[in-house]
Amino acid sequence: MLLEVKNLTTEFKLKRGIVKAVDDISFTIDKGEILAIVGESGSGKSVTSLSIMGLLQKPGKVTGGQIFYKSQDLSTLSKKELQKLRGNQISMIFQEPMTSLNPVWRIKDQIMESIMLHMKLSKKDALARTIEILETVGIPSAAQRANDYPHQMSGGMRQRVMTAMALACNPELLIADEPTTALDVTIQAQILELLYRMREKFHMAVMLITHDLGVVSEAADRVIVMYCGKIMEEADVRTLFNNPMHPYTIGLLKSIPQIDNDSDERLYMIKGMVPNPLNMPKGCPFSDRCEQSMERCTQEMPQLQDIDGHKVRCFLHDAKEGGSAKQ
Amino acid sequence: MSEVLMDIQDLAKHFVIDTNFFGKPVSVLKAVDGVSFSINQGEAFGLVGESGCGKTTLGKILVNLYRPTSGKLFFEGKDLTVLNEEQRRAYCKDIQMIFQDPYASLNPKMTVGDIIAEPILINGLLPRNQVEERVIYLLNCVGLARHQRNRYPHEFSGGQRQRVGIARALAVEPKIIVCDEPVSALDVSIQAQVLNLLGDLKEEFGLTYLFIAHGLNVVKHISDRVGVMYLGKLVEVAPKKELYANPLHPYTQALLSAIPVINPEKKMERIILEGDVPSPINPPAGCRFCSRCFKKLEQCKLNEPKLKEVSPGHFVACHLFD
Amino acid sequence: MEPKYSSNPDENLQAAEYVEKPESQLKAMWETLRQNKAAVAGLFIIGILAIIALTVWLSELMGKQILPYDPNYADMTKSFIKPNAQHWFGTDQLGRDMFSRILDGTKISLFVGVTAVAISLTIGVIFGAIAGYRGGKTDTVIMRLMDMMLAIPSILLAIAFMAALGKGLDKAIIAIGLVSIPEYARIVRGSILSVKENDYVHAAKIMGNKTSRIIYKHILPNVISVIVVRATLGVSTAVLDTAALGFLGLGVQPPFAEWGDMLGRARGFIFSAPYTLIFPGIAITITVLAFNLLGDGLRDALDPKSRIK
Repeated sequence: MLLEVKNLTTEFKLKRGIVKAVDDISFTIDKGEILAIVGESGSGKSVTSLSIMGLLQKPGKVTGGQIFYKSQDLSTLSKKELQKLRGNQISMIFQEPMTSLNPVWRIKDQIMESIMLHMKLSKKDALARTIEILETVGIPSAAQRANDYPHQMSGGMRQRVMTAMALACNPELLIADEPTTALDVTIQAQILELLYRMREKFHMAVMLITHDLGVVSEAADRVIVMYCGKIMEEADVRTLFNNPMHPYTIGLLKSIPQIDNDSDERLYMIKGMVPNPLNMPKGCPFSDRCEQSMERCTQEMPQLQDIDGHKVRCFLHDAKEGGSAKQ
Repeated sequence: MSEVLMDIQDLAKHFVIDTNFFGKPVSVLKAVDGVSFSINQGEAFGLVGESGCGKTTLGKILVNLYRPTSGKLFFEGKDLTVLNEEQRRAYCKDIQMIFQDPYASLNPKMTVGDIIAEPILINGLLPRNQVEERVIYLLNCVGLARHQRNRYPHEFSGGQRQRVGIARALAVEPKIIVCDEPVSALDVSIQAQVLNLLGDLKEEFGLTYLFIAHGLNVVKHISDRVGVMYLGKLVEVAPKKELYANPLHPYTQALLSAIPVINPEKKMERIILEGDVPSPINPPAGCRFCSRCFKKLEQCKLNEPKLKEVSPGHFVACHLFD
Repeated sequence: MEPKYSSNPDENLQAAEYVEKPESQLKAMWETLRQNKAAVAGLFIIGILAIIALTVWLSELMGKQILPYDPNYADMTKSFIKPNAQHWFGTDQLGRDMFSRILDGTKISLFVGVTAVAISLTIGVIFGAIAGYRGGKTDTVIMRLMDMMLAIPSILLAIAFMAALGKGLDKAIIAIGLVSIPEYARIVRGSILSVKENDYVHAAKIMGNKTSRIIYKHILPNVISVIVVRATLGVSTAVLDTAALGFLGLGVQPPFAEWGDMLGRARGFIFSAPYTLIFPGIAITITVLAFNLLGDGLRDALDPKSRIK
């Protein structure tokens, strides 16, 4: 077990009230595993990653739970130790490759800075390492491109540079926050393939945050579906796509226009929209959009049930109530 | 075959990036470079391509946000490119647009009701006292409640704003709507809602769509025919079923295979294109796709392939089919 | 035709049919401004200054004397009295009561500040709007003209205008107003350049709006906040410029009280009677500071990005 998140709760204190962006979530990532966290905007998936990295901005604050990295509680670490961990053992790549790179620095300077900081290499060795890693992520004629400024590169190239930066110090955990959302489909395919290859090569774990179930199905080993700050369902990727249990997951899967589906019927749609975080429905947060919502769903919060390794938060699968475990 | 509503003939839009001292252009961005196709009455034509391929520029030419550099644009048989600004404005109400970014497409200082009422008032479609009733009707059509007309855009979610944008486009009873990536900024569960809404409205009002998207999966659902663009050129046009079942152009094949499939059991053999889209400022000579093509021939670097019909209704621009 | 779309989010509300008042943007702005203590202080001071100016002006119109002394009445026997209970701020070289003169000067400073800004604002916004929206050659011509004006220090340019127009308060107002046109033109042009690329401006064009209406209805309302902030800060610049012209003897002509003029005439007595300089100086400082504080506060309040949700 590489990373263990226990009962993490992150709140945003706003003038109009407190928003629980992440509400009591627990999960683990093993070595070399790709865990995908899927959710729509406002589901708390990005806040989860920022909480783990300790990069939350005010007014956000982790208000509960613990995060263990290699059995070490991150909250007991000093700021300095945490900083050492970040970039060295845990790296992150962001959605927007344009704004994540410093526009006035050359590519090599940005990568070398982190290498020299974390790996304590000489300038010469750091440069060699930089070019090596740029080659690894598939940048052609890396030695020359290393002298480029970010604006001289295309979006896909920049995302490669971001990935190179994140991989420069051989991290054991890579947090990728929507790494392909801003990219074109053919470039997305390139970057996903790169992530996959890097995982094989360096045997690192990847926490892949995305809203795109297609990306999940292509890349992930295990999936967590989040909605309104809560984990709704968790399973390995095959189980989740073959036998989704939560009505939200089922709805999401059905509402995506699929390329191998030939019918001209209307798309399935989940009615309504994500509730206002300041005015959550009582009970299950999905109850007001759920087609199978019952009286009970609007009254109490279902617990996350573990049914043979397939976790789901829904009364339809409540073992004690004798609900069927199959959809 | 139904009537042609809009006929686009060899349309081009070049942007001058840099001029020399005497004002002669030295660097020209060819955003759209000689595109021809037609849109039939009542159909949805899907236009697909990656960023920088010129699909949005083309859409903006149709709604008169850009004047084309050359080429013709026939609407109901009349050439719109020869009209002056004043005459062209008369066609505004027939050709409307829905935008990609629901956060930038509504004036933040106007209430939603005023936003929808404005086109009706400007074009003098209804007497003032009937406008409010019409606004309420339009709001209902797009699934919003009547009391929401008094609210400002910032009080709405992305999906709701997109609905407002659709209501505004509908307000002038247009004949064709250019939909510029109307769902790509929305959440997955909201995308389906908006796509279905667009489909329903098409039936209800007998609309014609030019539906622009960057992925082939989104247009699949809504389009009747699909065109694929690459670097300012149309590389393939075909009826939907034909295009998805039998893509001919290597680029279309790559685009199709790049779409992640929602089925972990069925990982497709993927064509991963090398490199990036070249800059439209200095596109490669010959076929524009040849720098990334995995089936390129000798002549691809020399001659530019023309769009030709290889089977009824299926056009492709590729030397493989000469 | 009955709308068949069924996912109406507020079906239940239809029966009750409530019509909510649109939430006022002004109110939201005021809420944010109120949190900024410095801006509230600035607003408070400006309010007091405005009340003083109005009272003095109205009483003058009605021929009543409400100031402790006639600000323009010279009495050489009473020159250079140190501040005391009768003359709070002392008297100047001609024996005029400084306190009365400073209160009287409020009227002139505020009047000049506001009217000069009105002049530069009107012309600057028109120039900037045309340059920004039209672009191309129009833009180049207008903006190079503005650059030429900006290349000359504003006070020097104002003096040049005064030399051409002649002395006097009205001319000073015109000179100060003309001098700051480029600032408004530039700022309006810049904001318009960014606003006009918004899709709602495109949408307005697509629906058949005329250019003038697009500018007036869709672009200007969205740059107005920038203009308001700049105008508020502009008043303080205008007050300073007036004082500078007065100091050089080019603005208000004697015997009328104007802070800069008072400073200029008193500078010979800086060691013997420092209070004749200090009080006009403080008056200028407070006024300028108040407008700057309010301007900064408005900038934050009007910027939706800095407005906390």
